[in-house]
Amino acid sequence: MAAPMLRWCCPGRRFAFARVGCGSCHRRGPPTGSTSNGKRGQSSVAQQPHITAQKPRKGEPEWAAVVGLEIHAQIASNSKLFSGSQVCFAAPPNSLVSFFDASLPGTLPVLNRRCVEAAVMTGLALDCHINRKSLFDRKHYFYADLPAGYQITQQRLPIAVNGSLAYSVYVGRKPSQMVTRTVRVKQIQLEQDSGKSLHDDLRSQTLIDLNRAEGQLRVDANISVHRPGEPLGIRTEVKNLNSARFLAKAIDYEIQRQINELENGGEILNETRSFDFKLGCTVPMRDKEGKQDYRFMPEPNLPPLLLYDSGSLPSGADPQQVINIDQLRERLPELPRVTRQRLVQQYGMLPEHSCVLLNEVGLLEFFQNVIKETRAEPKKVTSWVLNTFLGFLKQQNLAVSESPVTPSALAELLDLLDRKAISAPAAKQVFEELWRNEGKTPAQIVAEKKLELLQDPEALEQLCRSTLEAHPDVVMDLKRGNPRAINKLIGLVRKATLGRADPTAIKEVLERQLSS
Amino acid sequence: DLGQITPTELCQRCLSLIKKTKFLNAYITVSEEVALKQAEESEKRYKKGHSLGDLDGIPIAVKDNFSTSGIETTCASNMLKGYVPPYNATVVQKLLDQGALLMGKTNLDEFAMGSGSTDGIFGPVKNPWSYSKQYREKRKQNSHSENEDSNWLITGGSSGGSAAAVSAFTCFAALGSDTGGSTRNPAAHCGVVGLKPSYGLVSRHGLIPLVNSMDVPGILTRCVDDAATVLGVLAGHDPKDSTTIQDPVKPFTLPSLTDVSKLCIGIPKEYLTPELSSEVQSLWSKAANLFESEGAKVTEVSLPHTSYSIVCYHVLCTSEVASNMARFDGLEYGHRCDSDVSTEAMYAATRREGFNDVVRGRILSGNFFLLKENYENYFVKAQKVRRLIANDFVNVFNSGVDVLLTPTTLSEAVPYTEFIKEDNRTRSAQDDIFTQAVNMAGLPAVSVPVALSSQGLPIGLQFIGRAFCDQQLLIVAKWFEKQVQFPVIQLQELMDDCSSVFENEKLASVSLK
Repeated sequence: MAAPMLRWCCPGRRFAFARVGCGSCHRRGPPTGSTSNGKRGQSSVAQQPHITAQKPRKGEPEWAAVVGLEIHAQIASNSKLFSGSQVCFAAPPNSLVSFFDASLPGTLPVLNRRCVEAAVMTGLALDCHINRKSLFDRKHYFYADLPAGYQITQQRLPIAVNGSLAYSVYVGRKPSQMVTRTVRVKQIQLEQDSGKSLHDDLRSQTLIDLNRAEGQLRVDANISVHRPGEPLGIRTEVKNLNSARFLAKAIDYEIQRQINELENGGEILNETRSFDFKLGCTVPMRDKEGKQDYRFMPEPNLPPLLLYDSGSLPSGADPQQVINIDQLRERLPELPRVTRQRLVQQYGMLPEHSCVLLNEVGLLEFFQNVIKETRAEPKKVTSWVLNTFLGFLKQQNLAVSESPVTPSALAELLDLLDRKAISAPAAKQVFEELWRNEGKTPAQIVAEKKLELLQDPEALEQLCRSTLEAHPDVVMDLKRGNPRAINKLIGLVRKATLGRADPTAIKEVLERQLSS
Repeated sequence: DLGQITPTELCQRCLSLIKKTKFLNAYITVSEEVALKQAEESEKRYKKGHSLGDLDGIPIAVKDNFSTSGIETTCASNMLKGYVPPYNATVVQKLLDQGALLMGKTNLDEFAMGSGSTDGIFGPVKNPWSYSKQYREKRKQNSHSENEDSNWLITGGSSGGSAAAVSAFTCFAALGSDTGGSTRNPAAHCGVVGLKPSYGLVSRHGLIPLVNSMDVPGILTRCVDDAATVLGVLAGHDPKDSTTIQDPVKPFTLPSLTDVSKLCIGIPKEYLTPELSSEVQSLWSKAANLFESEGAKVTEVSLPHTSYSIVCYHVLCTSEVASNMARFDGLEYGHRCDSDVSTEAMYAATRREGFNDVVRGRILSGNFFLLKENYENYFVKAQKVRRLIANDFVNVFNSGVDVLLTPTTLSEAVPYTEFIKEDNRTRSAQDDIFTQAVNMAGLPAVSVPVALSSQGLPIGLQFIGRAFCDQQLLIVAKWFEKQVQFPVIQLQELMDDCSSVFENEKLASVSLK
C-alpha cells in the first residue's frame, strides 16, 4: 500500500527525511476473502487500524490485525535538511559533511527551503491538513552515527497531519478484480537522518559515514493482533524494512507469529524486532534493553516554521522568506490517481493496465513517448508496452531506464506494423533484434532480415498457385470439408514467402483461387 | 596631543602587557603570531590610506568558547583541550574582516558555567583591581596584614578572562558570552563596560552554546562608545543563525545626550533584596537621583515574577545543557578516554574525565527534567514562568518606561578565598540575580562602572532596554558614563613602558597611523 505514495514523495535520493506515520490495511485470511469484516478502527493515534479478519477457529472469534507504519522517505533536494552540504548517491564516505553535519561545537541548523516545500507538497498530495505553524524538537539518544547526541525532528507539532490516500488492490486472481481502499495518514514530519554505521565484527570496529543514509525508503511497522471487540493487543515494532516486498513479508510473518504465540498461551512483548530476509522471519533486536526515554525538548535554534496561504501572506513579504501553500498546490504534478483515470479515458485502457503503467518507475513516460511518436492505435501501444516490452524487462530484471530499446525505436517498429509493412510475427522478431542493441533501426533490421511483407500481388498469386499445385492431397482434404486444411495451406504459403506475407492476405488469395 | 602609533607598535605593547600580566590568567591562548601578522596587514592598509574602519589595527580578545579557525578553542574544559576548530564564529570573522587584531583566547568557567571564572581547567582568573593602586592604598589604610598575593579578587564570570584582559589594557575590546549575566557580572567587578545585546541581534554561530535560547555574544570595552562601535560591526542577520533578525542593521554612532528630561527610568522594586550590599544600594539610589535631578522621570516599577527567575533558569539551563553537551562523546573531536571495552563504556569514561563536576551536575539535572515523566512538571512549567518573566518586562516598557536601572551585582568583587567557600551552584544563583531575567526575556542590557567602593573596588550598575532598542540603551548609558566619571585603574607598576597610549585608554581615542 505504501508504494504509490512513496514513489511520489521520494523520487530522488536525499538525506532529509519526511517521516510519514500512517495506518495500513493489512489483509490476511482465506483467499476467498469472504470473512473480511472490513471494520475500521476509531483510534486516531499512531496506529490507524484497518482491521481484517483471520481465519476463524471453531467457537472463537476471528483475529484482527492492526498495523501502523512509520515511513522514512528521502526528500529530493540538492542539499541536506539543515546544512548546505550536497546530497549525492554513492559519494565517498564522509565527503559531503559540513561542520554542522559533523556536529562541530557552535554550529547551528538552518532549515532547507526545498525540504519544507517538498514536505508541504507531500502533505497536499496526501490530502493532509498543513499546519500553518510547526515546531522542531530534539530527540536524544547516544549512538555512534548520531554525532550531536540528538536528532532534530517534529515530534509535537509536525508540518502536516490527518491525510489519506486511496489506492487499488487486487482482491482475486483476475486483474479486473480491483477494489479501492483508503489509508489514513496521521502526520508528516521533517526529520534529520542519522549517519550510517558499518560494523566490522572481525576487528570489532564501527565505521561511520556522515554523508547520511543512502536508502530512499525505510519503514518501521507496528503490529498487533486482537479479537474484534476487545482492546488492541500489545504491539511489536519491526524496524528498518527497506522494500515493499519485505514489508509485506515481515507483516505477514509477525501477525502469524503473534497469533500462534497467543493461541499457545504465550504473551506478546512490547519490543523492537528486525526482519531477517534470508530466513523470512522477525527476530528481537539485541541492542535494546527496555524502553528508551528520548528526552524530547524544543530545538531552540530553529524558530517555529510558519507557512502562509495567499490569504494570510503578510503584505510586502519577501517571497524568498515565506512559503505560500497555495503556490505549492499549483506546482503539484498530476497525482497518480488522476493520471490513471486520464489514461483510462484518453486511451480506452483497462484500469488495471493504467495501474501497471504507473507502478513501474519510468514506464508511463516510456509509454507516452511511444504514443507521441507512433501512428499505431493506443491499444496496440498499450499491448506492446505492457506485454512485450515489460515482459522483456522482467525477464532480465531490468529497470525501464536500463532498457536497450528506446521509445523511438518501438514507435518506429509499431509504425511498420501499423502500415502493414511487416507482419505481427515479424515485428516480434524485429523487437528481439532491437533488444540485442546492435545500433540498428527497425527499418534496417527489416531490410537486412528481409522481413518486409510481400507487396507484389502477382508474386503472392504465383506462390499460392504453385502451392496448390504441389499439394493436391491437402486441397482434396479441404474439399472433403476439413476446415483446418486451409490453415495448413496458409502455413505452406507463408513458409514459401519466408514469413513475409500477411496470413489474412494469403487466405484471401487461396480462397479465391480454390473457388475459381 | 594624543600622539600616533602604528598597528604593529600597538600590538607589540599589548603583547608585552599580556606577558607582564600573565599571572592574571586572563588568556588561555595568546595568538601572538596571528596578531603580529594581522598588525602587519593593517599597517599596510593604513600606509595606503585604505583603513577598513574604526577597528582596523585594534587589538581584541575573544572568550575561549568562540570558535576560532586554526586556534585552539577549549571552553576551559578537558573535553575540548586540543580541539582546533576549522572555522571562525561569525562574530570573530566580522571583527577580523574589520581588521581587528586577535590577541588571544580568554579564560572562563568550564563551558561558561559559573559566575567567578574560577571553575575552568586552566585555573581562576585574577581581577586586575587586586593589583591597583586604588585597592592597595585602601587595604593599607584598613591595615590588613595578610599576605597580599593570597588575597587577590575574583573577576566574576564566566567571561572573567575577557573582562580582565580589557581592564588590564591588554586589548581594547573583548568578546564575552552572556547567558545569565556572564558578560555584565565580570564587567562590573573589573570596572569595564559589559554589553549584552538583544537576543537575535548578534549571531551565535560558532559560539559553543551553554543555553541556546539565552546565549548572546557579549561585548566588553572600556567605554560605552567602544561597545557601540563593536556592536555596530557585529549586529545583523546571519544566514548561519536562524534566530538572528532579518531586518538590516546599520552601524551606528551614539549621539551625546544633552537632555534627559524626556526619559523615563524604571527602578524595579523587587531588585532591592536583603543580600544587596549597602554600598551598591547607595550608589543605585544616587544614580536614580542623578537622573531625577537632571529632569528625567524616575519611577518605581514592579517585575513581580523576579523571584522565580533563579529556579526557572536552573531548569531551562540544565535541560539545554544536557542536550548541548550530548555531542561531546569522544568520537569525533576533543578528549577520548583510553577504554575500548565498548562504545557505551567509552562514552561514559570520556565524559567523566572530560567534564568537571559542575558540568556533570547540570547534565544530570537537565536529563532528569527532560525525562518523559518530568517534562510537564519541570520543563514546561519553567517555560511558562519564563514567559511570565518576559511579560513582566513587556508590561513595564508598555507603561512608558524607557530604560530600567538596576544593580549589576550584589557587591564588589570578593577575594578568591571567600568566593570558593560556596559551591558553584549557590554562587551562580546568588550572583546572577540581577542579570538573569534579562536573558530569559531576550532584552539588551549593559553594565556601566559607576564608582569605587570604600575598598577601592569598582561597582557597576545595569541598564536594561526594550528588545532591539540597543542603541537607545547605549545612548542613556553613555550619558550616565559621562556624569559619573569612573576613575581609570592605576596599574603603574605594570605599565611603566606603555604610558602614552594607555593614558588615553579608550578605543575611541586611539589614533593609528
